[in-house]
Amino acid sequence: MDPLQSRSHFARAMPARLDMIQSVSGLILALFMWVHLLLVASILISKDAMYWVAGVMEARFLSADGHGYPWLVALFALLILVVFMVHGLLAMRKFPANWRQWQALDSHIRRMQHGDTTLWRWQAVTGFIMFFLGSAHLIIMAMDADKIGPHLSADRFISEGLWPMYLILLLSVEIHGVTGMYRLAVKWGLFDGDDPRRTRTRLKRLKIALTLFFLALGLATFAAYVKIGLEHAPQAGQRYQPGLDQSLAPGVHSPEGKHG
Amino acid sequence: MNENAIPTRSISADDCAQGRLLTLNIMRYDPQVKGDSPRMVSYQLREAPGMTLFIALNEIREQQDPSLKFDFVCRAGICGSCSMVINGRPGLACRTLTAGFSEPVITLLPLPGFELIGDLSVNTGRFMRELSERIGSWIEAAPAAETIDQLEAPMEPELAEQIYELDRCIQCSCCIAACGTRLMREDFVGAVAFIQVARFRLDPRDQRSDEEWYQIIGNDQGVFGCMSLLGCEDLCPKDLPHQTQIAFLRRKMAGAI
Repeated sequence: MDPLQSRSHFARAMPARLDMIQSVSGLILALFMWVHLLLVASILISKDAMYWVAGVMEARFLSADGHGYPWLVALFALLILVVFMVHGLLAMRKFPANWRQWQALDSHIRRMQHGDTTLWRWQAVTGFIMFFLGSAHLIIMAMDADKIGPHLSADRFISEGLWPMYLILLLSVEIHGVTGMYRLAVKWGLFDGDDPRRTRTRLKRLKIALTLFFLALGLATFAAYVKIGLEHAPQAGQRYQPGLDQSLAPGVHSPEGKHG
Repeated sequence: MNENAIPTRSISADDCAQGRLLTLNIMRYDPQVKGDSPRMVSYQLREAPGMTLFIALNEIREQQDPSLKFDFVCRAGICGSCSMVINGRPGLACRTLTAGFSEPVITLLPLPGFELIGDLSVNTGRFMRELSERIGSWIEAAPAAETIDQLEAPMEPELAEQIYELDRCIQCSCCIAACGTRLMREDFVGAVAFIQVARFRLDPRDQRSDEEWYQIIGNDQGVFGCMSLLGCEDLCPKDLPHQTQIAFLRRKMAGAI
Protein backbone atom coordinates (compact mmCIF):
# COMPACT_ATOMS: atom_id res chain seq x y z
CA MET A 1 0.00 0.00 0.00
CA ASP A 2 1.04 3.56 -0.62
CA PRO A 3 2.88 4.67 2.54
CA LEU A 4 0.95 7.94 2.69
CA GLN A 5 -2.31 6.05 2.57
CA SER A 6 -1.36 3.49 5.19
CA ARG A 7 -0.14 6.31 7.40
CA SER A 8 -3.43 8.13 7.08
CA HIS A 9 -5.40 4.96 7.82
CA PHE A 10 -3.33 4.50 10.96
CA ALA A 11 -4.02 8.07 12.01
CA ARG A 12 -7.72 7.78 11.23
CA ALA A 13 -8.11 4.60 13.23
CA MET A 14 -6.36 6.15 16.24
CA PRO A 15 -9.35 7.90 17.92
CA ALA A 16 -11.26 4.60 17.98
CA ARG A 17 -8.25 2.70 19.28
CA LEU A 18 -7.48 5.27 21.97
CA ASP A 19 -11.09 5.26 23.13
CA MET A 20 -11.11 1.47 23.36
CA ILE A 21 -7.75 1.34 25.12
CA GLN A 22 -8.97 3.91 27.63
CA SER A 23 -12.06 1.80 28.30
CA VAL A 24 -10.24 -1.52 28.49
CA SER A 25 -7.43 -0.19 30.70
CA GLY A 26 -10.05 1.33 33.00
CA LEU A 27 -11.92 -1.96 33.12
CA ILE A 28 -8.72 -3.84 34.01
CA LEU A 29 -7.82 -1.34 36.73
CA ALA A 30 -11.32 -1.29 38.25
CA LEU A 31 -11.52 -5.09 38.36
CA PHE A 32 -7.99 -5.23 39.75
CA MET A 33 -8.88 -2.73 42.48
CA TRP A 34 -11.94 -4.69 43.53
CA VAL A 35 -9.94 -7.91 43.77
CA HIS A 36 -7.14 -6.00 45.50
CA LEU A 37 -9.53 -4.72 48.17
CA LEU A 38 -11.02 -8.16 48.71
CA LEU A 39 -7.50 -9.57 49.14
CA VAL A 40 -6.20 -6.95 51.56
CA ALA A 41 -9.50 -7.16 53.45
CA SER A 42 -8.45 -10.68 54.48
CA ILE A 43 -6.91 -8.89 57.46
CA LEU A 44 -10.49 -8.56 58.75
CA ILE A 45 -10.63 -12.34 59.07
CA SER A 46 -7.30 -12.77 60.80
CA LYS A 47 -3.60 -12.04 60.47
CA ASP A 48 -3.11 -15.63 59.41
CA ALA A 49 -5.61 -15.20 56.59
CA MET A 50 -3.79 -12.11 55.31
CA TYR A 51 -0.45 -13.88 55.71
CA TRP A 52 -1.80 -16.76 53.66
CA VAL A 53 -3.13 -14.43 50.93
CA ALA A 54 0.21 -12.61 50.74
CA GLY A 55 1.91 -15.98 50.51
CA VAL A 56 -0.27 -17.10 47.62
CA MET A 57 0.45 -13.84 45.80
CA GLU A 58 4.18 -14.42 45.96
CA ALA A 59 3.71 -18.11 45.11
CA ARG A 60 5.10 -19.29 48.42
CA PHE A 61 3.60 -22.71 47.72
CA LEU A 62 5.93 -23.16 44.74
CA SER A 63 9.21 -22.47 46.48
CA ALA A 64 11.08 -25.19 48.31
CA ASP A 65 12.18 -22.94 51.19
CA GLY A 66 8.65 -21.55 51.64
CA HIS A 67 9.80 -17.98 51.08
CA GLY A 68 8.09 -17.54 47.74
CA TYR A 69 9.03 -15.15 44.99
CA PRO A 70 8.27 -11.55 45.98
CA TRP A 71 9.59 -10.41 42.61
CA LEU A 72 6.34 -11.79 41.16
CA VAL A 73 4.48 -9.18 43.18
CA ALA A 74 6.97 -6.51 42.11
CA LEU A 75 6.52 -7.47 38.49
CA PHE A 76 2.76 -7.38 38.81
CA ALA A 77 2.91 -3.96 40.49
CA LEU A 78 5.01 -2.70 37.58
CA LEU A 79 2.55 -4.16 35.07
CA ILE A 80 -0.33 -2.44 36.83
CA LEU A 81 1.73 0.75 36.88
CA VAL A 82 2.06 0.55 33.09
CA VAL A 83 -1.69 0.01 32.61
CA PHE A 84 -2.30 2.80 35.12
CA MET A 85 -0.06 5.22 33.24
CA VAL A 86 -1.66 4.36 29.90
CA HIS A 87 -5.12 4.89 31.38
CA GLY A 88 -4.08 8.18 33.00
CA LEU A 89 -2.50 9.41 29.81
CA LEU A 90 -5.60 8.64 27.75
CA ALA A 91 -8.08 9.93 30.32
CA MET A 92 -6.11 13.16 30.52
CA ARG A 93 -7.25 13.95 26.97
CA LYS A 94 -10.72 14.59 28.37
CA PHE A 95 -9.59 17.02 31.06
CA PRO A 96 -10.23 20.72 30.52
CA ALA A 97 -7.08 21.91 28.76
CA ASN A 98 -7.18 25.60 29.61
CA TRP A 99 -8.88 28.16 31.80
CA ARG A 100 -11.71 28.82 29.36
CA GLN A 101 -12.60 25.13 29.15
CA TRP A 102 -12.35 24.71 32.90
CA GLN A 103 -14.60 27.70 33.46
CA ALA A 104 -17.14 26.53 30.87
CA LEU A 105 -17.37 23.09 32.45
CA ASP A 106 -17.39 24.40 36.01
CA SER A 107 -20.21 26.88 35.45
CA HIS A 108 -22.09 24.23 33.47
CA ILE A 109 -21.84 21.77 36.37
CA ARG A 110 -23.00 24.39 38.87
CA ARG A 111 -25.85 25.54 36.66
CA MET A 112 -27.24 22.18 35.58
CA GLN A 113 -27.05 20.22 38.85
CA HIS A 114 -27.08 17.08 36.74
CA GLY A 115 -25.91 13.89 38.45
CA ASP A 116 -23.81 12.26 35.74
CA THR A 117 -22.18 15.56 34.78
CA THR A 118 -21.31 16.44 38.38
CA LEU A 119 -19.97 12.95 38.90
CA TRP A 120 -17.52 13.46 36.05
CA ARG A 121 -15.79 16.21 37.99
CA TRP A 122 -15.35 13.81 40.89
CA GLN A 123 -13.91 11.29 38.50
CA ALA A 124 -11.49 13.87 37.15
CA VAL A 125 -10.49 15.06 40.65
CA THR A 126 -10.03 11.55 42.04
CA GLY A 127 -8.17 10.54 38.87
CA PHE A 128 -5.85 13.48 39.25
CA ILE A 129 -5.14 12.61 42.90
CA MET A 130 -4.40 9.03 41.92
CA PHE A 131 -1.92 10.15 39.27
CA PHE A 132 0.39 11.01 42.13
CA LEU A 133 -0.61 8.89 45.10
CA GLY A 134 -1.41 5.80 43.03
CA SER A 135 1.95 5.99 41.28
CA ALA A 136 3.72 6.44 44.61
CA HIS A 137 1.89 3.47 46.09
CA LEU A 138 2.63 1.23 43.10
CA ILE A 139 6.31 2.17 43.11
CA ILE A 140 6.58 1.52 46.85
CA MET A 141 4.91 -1.87 46.35
CA ALA A 142 7.24 -2.76 43.48
CA MET A 143 10.27 -1.86 45.59
CA ASP A 144 9.04 -3.38 48.85
CA ALA A 145 7.30 -6.39 47.34
CA ASP A 146 8.93 -8.63 49.95
CA LYS A 147 7.51 -6.54 52.79
CA ILE A 148 3.84 -7.38 52.42
CA GLY A 149 2.32 -9.07 55.41
CA PRO A 150 0.05 -8.47 58.39
CA HIS A 151 2.75 -6.66 60.39
CA LEU A 152 4.96 -5.03 57.78
CA SER A 153 1.95 -3.69 55.83
CA ALA A 154 0.45 -2.33 59.04
CA ASP A 155 3.82 -0.77 59.91
CA ARG A 156 3.67 1.14 56.65
CA PHE A 157 0.40 2.71 57.85
CA ILE A 158 1.66 3.86 61.25
CA SER A 159 5.41 3.53 61.73
CA GLU A 160 6.17 4.77 58.22
CA GLY A 161 3.35 7.29 58.49
CA LEU A 162 1.67 6.50 55.18
CA TRP A 163 -1.87 6.23 56.54
CA PRO A 164 -3.03 9.61 55.11
CA MET A 165 -1.93 8.49 51.66
CA TYR A 166 -3.80 5.21 52.00
CA LEU A 167 -6.94 6.93 53.25
CA ILE A 168 -7.02 9.42 50.36
CA LEU A 169 -6.23 6.66 47.88
CA LEU A 170 -9.00 4.49 49.28
CA LEU A 171 -11.65 7.20 48.97
CA SER A 172 -10.45 8.19 45.49
CA VAL A 173 -10.21 4.73 44.04
CA GLU A 174 -13.59 3.52 45.28
CA ILE A 175 -15.41 6.58 43.88
CA HIS A 176 -13.42 6.58 40.64
CA GLY A 177 -13.61 2.86 39.96
CA VAL A 178 -17.32 2.30 40.46
CA THR A 179 -18.22 5.51 38.62
CA GLY A 180 -15.93 4.49 35.78
CA MET A 181 -17.55 1.07 35.52
CA TYR A 182 -20.99 2.70 35.37
CA ARG A 183 -19.85 5.08 32.66
CA LEU A 184 -18.25 2.25 30.75
CA ALA A 185 -21.60 0.44 30.71
CA VAL A 186 -23.62 3.42 29.45
CA LYS A 187 -20.87 4.56 27.10
CA TRP A 188 -20.78 1.31 25.13
CA GLY A 189 -24.38 0.32 25.89
CA LEU A 190 -23.15 -2.92 27.45
CA PHE A 191 -26.29 -4.00 29.29
CA ASP A 192 -28.86 -1.96 27.37
CA GLY A 193 -31.26 -4.86 26.80
CA ASP A 194 -34.86 -4.17 25.82
CA ASP A 195 -35.22 -1.10 28.00
CA PRO A 196 -31.97 0.87 28.20
CA ARG A 197 -33.50 3.53 30.45
CA ARG A 198 -34.56 0.99 33.03
CA THR A 199 -31.10 -0.54 32.75
CA ARG A 200 -29.50 2.81 33.44
CA THR A 201 -31.68 3.38 36.51
CA ARG A 202 -30.63 -0.02 37.80
CA LEU A 203 -26.98 0.61 36.99
CA LYS A 204 -27.16 3.84 38.97
CA ARG A 205 -28.58 2.00 41.95
CA LEU A 206 -25.94 -0.69 41.60
CA LYS A 207 -23.28 2.02 41.41
CA ILE A 208 -24.40 3.53 44.72
CA ALA A 209 -24.64 0.12 46.37
CA LEU A 210 -21.18 -0.95 45.17
CA THR A 211 -19.63 2.37 46.18
CA LEU A 212 -21.05 2.05 49.68
CA PHE A 213 -20.00 -1.59 49.91
CA PHE A 214 -16.42 -0.99 48.81
CA LEU A 215 -16.10 2.15 50.93
CA ALA A 216 -17.38 0.31 54.00
CA LEU A 217 -15.13 -2.68 53.38
CA GLY A 218 -12.20 -0.40 52.58
CA LEU A 219 -12.61 1.75 55.67
CA ALA A 220 -12.96 -1.34 57.89
CA THR A 221 -9.78 -2.76 56.36
CA PHE A 222 -8.05 0.58 56.78
CA ALA A 223 -9.05 0.64 60.44
CA ALA A 224 -7.76 -2.90 60.93
CA TYR A 225 -4.32 -2.03 59.55
CA VAL A 226 -4.20 1.15 61.62
CA LYS A 227 -5.04 -0.82 64.75
CA ILE A 228 -2.39 -3.45 64.06
CA GLY A 229 0.07 -0.72 63.10
CA LEU A 230 -0.44 1.01 66.44
CA GLU A 231 -0.13 -2.22 68.40
CA HIS A 232 2.90 -3.33 66.45
CA ALA A 233 4.68 0.03 66.48
CA PRO A 234 7.14 -1.00 69.24
CA GLN A 235 8.31 -3.89 67.08
CA ALA A 236 8.04 -2.07 63.78
CA GLY A 237 9.82 -3.85 60.96
CA GLN A 238 9.41 -7.33 62.40
CA ARG A 239 7.69 -9.88 60.27
CA TYR A 240 4.60 -11.77 61.19
CA GLN A 241 4.99 -15.37 62.13
CA PRO A 242 1.92 -17.45 61.45
CA GLY A 243 0.32 -19.01 64.48
CA LEU A 244 2.11 -16.70 66.91
CA ASP A 245 0.41 -13.44 67.68
CA GLN A 246 3.39 -11.18 68.23
CA SER A 247 1.40 -8.18 69.33
CA LEU A 248 0.74 -10.05 72.58
CA ALA A 249 4.33 -11.05 73.06
CA PRO A 250 6.52 -7.94 72.99
CA GLY A 251 10.20 -8.63 72.84
CA VAL A 252 9.83 -11.94 71.06
CA HIS A 253 12.10 -11.85 68.07
CA SER A 254 10.78 -13.33 64.92
CA PRO A 255 12.81 -16.11 63.39
CA GLU A 256 10.98 -15.40 60.15
CA GLY A 257 13.24 -12.53 59.08
CA LYS A 258 14.45 -13.95 55.83
CA HIS A 259 14.88 -10.58 54.17
CA GLY A 260 16.14 -8.51 56.99
CA MET B 1 -44.67 18.21 41.70
CA ASN B 2 -44.24 16.59 38.32
CA GLU B 3 -42.86 19.13 35.90
CA ASN B 4 -45.39 18.20 33.25
CA ALA B 5 -48.39 17.88 35.53
CA ILE B 6 -51.38 19.85 34.34
CA PRO B 7 -53.82 21.10 36.99
CA THR B 8 -56.85 18.86 36.73
CA ARG B 9 -59.42 20.79 38.74
CA SER B 10 -61.81 23.08 36.93
CA ILE B 11 -60.72 26.64 36.50
CA SER B 12 -62.78 29.52 37.82
CA ALA B 13 -62.35 33.27 37.51
CA ASP B 14 -61.18 33.27 41.14
CA ASP B 15 -58.29 31.02 40.29
CA CYS B 16 -57.01 33.55 37.82
CA ALA B 17 -57.22 36.32 40.37
CA GLN B 18 -55.58 34.19 43.06
CA GLY B 19 -52.70 32.83 41.02
CA ARG B 20 -49.24 32.98 42.56
CA LEU B 21 -47.13 36.03 41.99
CA LEU B 22 -44.35 34.75 39.76
CA THR B 23 -40.93 36.36 39.57
CA LEU B 24 -39.02 35.81 36.35
CA ASN B 25 -35.35 36.73 36.51
CA ILE B 26 -34.33 37.17 32.92
CA MET B 27 -30.92 37.87 31.49
CA ARG B 28 -31.00 41.03 29.42
CA TYR B 29 -28.23 41.93 27.03
CA ASP B 30 -28.19 43.31 23.53
CA PRO B 31 -24.81 42.81 21.87
CA GLN B 32 -25.86 45.27 19.16
CA VAL B 33 -26.12 48.12 21.65
CA LYS B 34 -22.76 49.72 22.35
CA GLY B 35 -21.83 49.73 26.02
CA ASP B 36 -24.58 47.30 26.98
CA SER B 37 -23.57 44.58 29.44
CA PRO B 38 -25.39 41.43 30.59
CA ARG B 39 -27.62 41.94 33.61
CA MET B 40 -30.47 40.12 35.31
CA VAL B 41 -33.85 41.89 35.33
CA SER B 42 -36.80 40.76 37.46
CA TYR B 43 -40.35 40.77 36.15
CA GLN B 44 -43.41 39.94 38.18
CA LEU B 45 -46.68 38.62 36.90
CA ARG B 46 -49.72 36.75 38.15
CA GLU B 47 -49.69 33.02 37.41
CA ALA B 48 -52.63 31.76 35.36
CA PRO B 49 -53.90 28.18 35.17
CA GLY B 50 -52.05 26.15 32.56
CA MET B 51 -49.52 28.92 32.09
CA THR B 52 -46.35 27.97 30.26
CA LEU B 53 -43.15 30.00 30.28
CA PHE B 54 -43.91 30.86 26.69
CA ILE B 55 -47.22 32.45 27.76
CA ALA B 56 -45.54 34.20 30.68
CA LEU B 57 -42.82 35.66 28.44
CA ASN B 58 -45.39 36.90 25.94
CA GLU B 59 -47.34 38.53 28.74
CA ILE B 60 -44.23 40.30 29.97
CA ARG B 61 -43.42 41.47 26.48
CA GLU B 62 -46.98 42.70 25.88
CA GLN B 63 -47.57 44.35 29.21
CA GLN B 64 -44.22 45.26 30.72
CA ASP B 65 -41.33 45.40 28.31
CA PRO B 66 -41.77 45.28 24.54
CA SER B 67 -38.00 45.16 24.05
CA LEU B 68 -37.67 41.67 25.56
CA LYS B 69 -36.18 39.32 22.97
CA PHE B 70 -36.96 35.62 22.83
CA ASP B 71 -37.71 33.15 20.05
CA PHE B 72 -40.86 31.20 19.40
CA VAL B 73 -42.88 29.92 16.48
CA CYS B 74 -45.13 26.98 17.18
CA ARG B 75 -45.83 27.24 20.96
CA ALA B 76 -46.32 23.45 20.93
CA GLY B 77 -42.88 21.84 21.23
CA ILE B 78 -42.48 21.19 17.53
CA CYS B 79 -40.37 23.99 16.12
CA GLY B 80 -37.59 23.94 18.72
CA SER B 81 -37.22 27.73 18.77
CA CYS B 82 -37.98 28.61 22.37
CA SER B 83 -35.19 26.60 24.00
CA MET B 84 -33.52 28.45 26.88
CA VAL B 85 -31.86 27.73 30.21
CA ILE B 86 -34.64 27.45 32.77
CA ASN B 87 -33.45 27.43 36.39
CA GLY B 88 -30.09 26.17 35.19
CA ARG B 89 -31.29 23.49 32.77
CA PRO B 90 -31.99 23.72 29.06
CA GLY B 91 -35.61 23.23 28.07
CA LEU B 92 -38.41 24.48 25.86
CA ALA B 93 -40.32 27.51 27.23
CA CYS B 94 -43.53 26.37 25.55
CA ARG B 95 -43.38 22.93 27.17
CA THR B 96 -42.59 24.17 30.66
CA LEU B 97 -45.56 24.83 32.91
CA THR B 98 -45.05 27.48 35.56
CA ALA B 99 -47.13 25.31 37.89
CA GLY B 100 -44.26 22.83 37.84
CA PHE B 101 -42.06 25.11 39.94
CA SER B 102 -42.64 24.79 43.67
CA GLU B 103 -40.88 28.13 44.19
CA PRO B 104 -42.44 30.99 42.23
CA VAL B 105 -39.03 32.31 41.19
CA ILE B 106 -37.77 31.28 37.76
CA THR B 107 -34.41 32.24 36.28
CA LEU B 108 -34.07 32.36 32.51
CA LEU B 109 -30.79 32.50 30.60
CA PRO B 110 -30.04 32.16 26.91
CA LEU B 111 -28.64 28.81 25.72
CA PRO B 112 -24.87 28.74 26.27
CA GLY B 113 -22.55 27.89 23.41
CA PHE B 114 -24.39 29.83 20.70
CA GLU B 115 -24.17 33.26 19.17
CA LEU B 116 -26.36 35.59 21.23
CA ILE B 117 -28.85 37.65 19.26
CA GLY B 118 -30.16 39.39 22.36
CA ASP B 119 -31.65 38.53 25.77
CA LEU B 120 -32.97 34.95 25.46
CA SER B 121 -32.66 34.75 21.71
CA VAL B 122 -29.72 32.80 20.27
CA ASN B 123 -28.74 31.88 16.76
CA THR B 124 -28.94 28.09 16.69
CA GLY B 125 -29.67 28.18 12.96
CA ARG B 126 -26.10 28.82 11.91
CA PHE B 127 -24.83 25.97 14.09
CA MET B 128 -27.45 23.56 12.75
CA ARG B 129 -26.73 24.51 9.16
CA GLU B 130 -22.96 24.02 9.60
CA LEU B 131 -23.58 20.75 11.38
CA SER B 132 -25.86 19.55 8.65
CA GLU B 133 -23.21 20.23 6.03
CA ARG B 134 -20.50 18.69 8.17
CA ILE B 135 -22.24 15.35 8.70
CA GLY B 136 -24.21 15.36 5.45
CA SER B 137 -27.61 15.08 7.07
CA TRP B 138 -29.39 14.05 3.92
CA ILE B 139 -29.83 10.82 2.02
CA GLU B 140 -26.77 10.00 -0.05
CA ALA B 141 -28.60 7.90 -2.59
CA ALA B 142 -27.22 5.60 -5.22
CA PRO B 143 -26.73 7.18 -8.68
CA ALA B 144 -30.00 8.58 -10.02
CA ALA B 145 -32.58 6.09 -11.18
CA GLU B 146 -33.12 5.47 -14.85
CA THR B 147 -36.45 7.18 -14.92
CA ILE B 148 -37.91 9.88 -12.75
CA ASP B 149 -41.14 7.95 -12.22
CA GLN B 150 -39.42 4.80 -10.97
CA LEU B 151 -41.04 3.48 -7.78
CA GLU B 152 -39.09 3.66 -4.54
CA ALA B 153 -38.35 0.31 -2.93
CA PRO B 154 -40.86 -0.39 -0.16
CA MET B 155 -39.68 -0.19 3.44
CA GLU B 156 -40.75 -2.42 6.31
CA PRO B 157 -43.08 -0.54 8.68
CA GLU B 158 -40.87 -1.47 11.67
CA LEU B 159 -37.86 0.09 10.01
CA ALA B 160 -39.84 3.15 9.00
CA GLU B 161 -40.89 3.55 12.61
CA GLN B 162 -37.34 3.21 13.87
CA ILE B 163 -36.27 5.93 11.46
CA TYR B 164 -39.22 8.09 12.43
CA GLU B 165 -38.36 7.70 16.12
CA LEU B 166 -34.95 9.28 15.46
CA ASP B 167 -36.43 11.78 13.02
CA ARG B 168 -38.50 13.30 15.83
CA CYS B 169 -35.53 15.54 16.66
CA ILE B 170 -36.60 19.18 16.40
CA GLN B 171 -33.05 20.58 16.53
CA CYS B 172 -33.90 22.71 19.57
CA SER B 173 -30.23 22.56 20.71
CA CYS B 174 -31.08 21.59 24.29
CA CYS B 175 -28.75 18.58 23.98
CA ILE B 176 -25.95 20.90 22.90
CA ALA B 177 -26.52 23.29 25.79
CA ALA B 178 -26.76 20.33 28.19
CA CYS B 179 -23.47 18.84 26.99
CA GLY B 180 -20.42 19.54 29.13
CA THR B 181 -18.15 18.17 26.41
CA ARG B 182 -19.53 20.55 23.79
CA LEU B 183 -19.32 23.54 26.14
CA MET B 184 -15.64 22.77 26.69
CA ARG B 185 -14.87 21.91 23.08
CA GLU B 186 -16.66 23.94 20.48
CA ASP B 187 -15.78 21.59 17.64
CA PHE B 188 -17.55 18.64 19.29
CA VAL B 189 -20.63 17.79 17.20
CA GLY B 190 -22.97 16.76 20.01
CA ALA B 191 -26.03 14.54 20.35
CA VAL B 192 -28.06 16.28 17.66
CA ALA B 193 -25.46 15.17 15.13
CA PHE B 194 -25.32 11.60 16.41
CA ILE B 195 -29.08 11.18 16.29
CA GLN B 196 -29.06 12.36 12.67
CA VAL B 197 -26.19 10.07 11.72
CA ALA B 198 -28.03 7.19 13.38
CA ARG B 199 -31.13 8.13 11.42
CA PHE B 200 -29.45 8.19 8.00
CA ARG B 201 -27.39 5.14 8.82
CA LEU B 202 -30.63 3.21 9.36
CA ASP B 203 -32.15 4.43 6.11
CA PRO B 204 -31.74 1.78 3.38
CA ARG B 205 -31.86 4.51 0.73
CA ASP B 206 -28.65 6.00 2.12
CA GLN B 207 -25.65 4.31 0.55
CA ARG B 208 -22.96 5.42 2.99
CA SER B 209 -20.96 2.61 4.59
CA ASP B 210 -19.64 2.54 8.16
CA GLU B 211 -16.18 3.36 6.80
CA GLU B 212 -17.63 6.53 5.33
CA TRP B 213 -19.50 7.35 8.52
CA TYR B 214 -16.23 6.80 10.37
CA GLN B 215 -14.65 9.55 8.27
CA ILE B 216 -17.36 11.89 9.52
CA ILE B 217 -17.80 11.06 13.21
CA GLY B 218 -14.99 8.60 13.99
CA ASN B 219 -12.81 11.10 15.82
CA ASP B 220 -12.50 13.14 19.00
CA GLN B 221 -14.82 15.80 17.59
CA GLY B 222 -17.30 13.01 16.95
CA VAL B 223 -18.42 9.96 18.83
CA PHE B 224 -15.05 9.20 20.47
CA GLY B 225 -14.99 12.66 22.02
CA CYS B 226 -18.23 12.00 23.91
CA MET B 227 -17.54 11.81 27.65
CA SER B 228 -20.87 10.08 28.40
CA LEU B 229 -22.08 12.82 30.73
CA LEU B 230 -25.57 12.11 29.34
CA GLY B 231 -26.99 15.61 29.74
CA CYS B 232 -28.43 15.08 26.24
CA GLU B 233 -30.23 11.90 27.28
CA ASP B 234 -31.68 13.42 30.43
CA LEU B 235 -32.69 16.84 29.11
CA CYS B 236 -33.91 16.16 25.56
CA PRO B 237 -37.41 17.70 25.39
CA LYS B 238 -38.41 15.04 22.88
CA ASP B 239 -37.08 12.14 25.00
CA LEU B 240 -34.93 10.86 22.18
CA PRO B 241 -32.83 7.77 22.99
CA HIS B 242 -29.47 9.57 22.89
CA GLN B 243 -27.57 7.25 25.22
CA THR B 244 -28.40 4.11 23.24
CA GLN B 245 -27.79 5.78 19.90
CA ILE B 246 -24.41 7.20 20.88
CA ALA B 247 -23.39 3.84 22.39
CA PHE B 248 -24.58 2.09 19.23
CA LEU B 249 -22.60 4.45 16.98
CA ARG B 250 -19.56 4.10 19.20
CA ARG B 251 -19.68 0.32 18.82
CA LYS B 252 -20.25 0.53 15.07
CA MET B 253 -17.49 3.09 14.57
CA ALA B 254 -15.05 1.11 16.71
CA GLY B 255 -15.89 -1.88 14.56
CA ALA B 256 -15.36 0.07 11.35
CA ILE B 257 -11.59 0.46 11.68
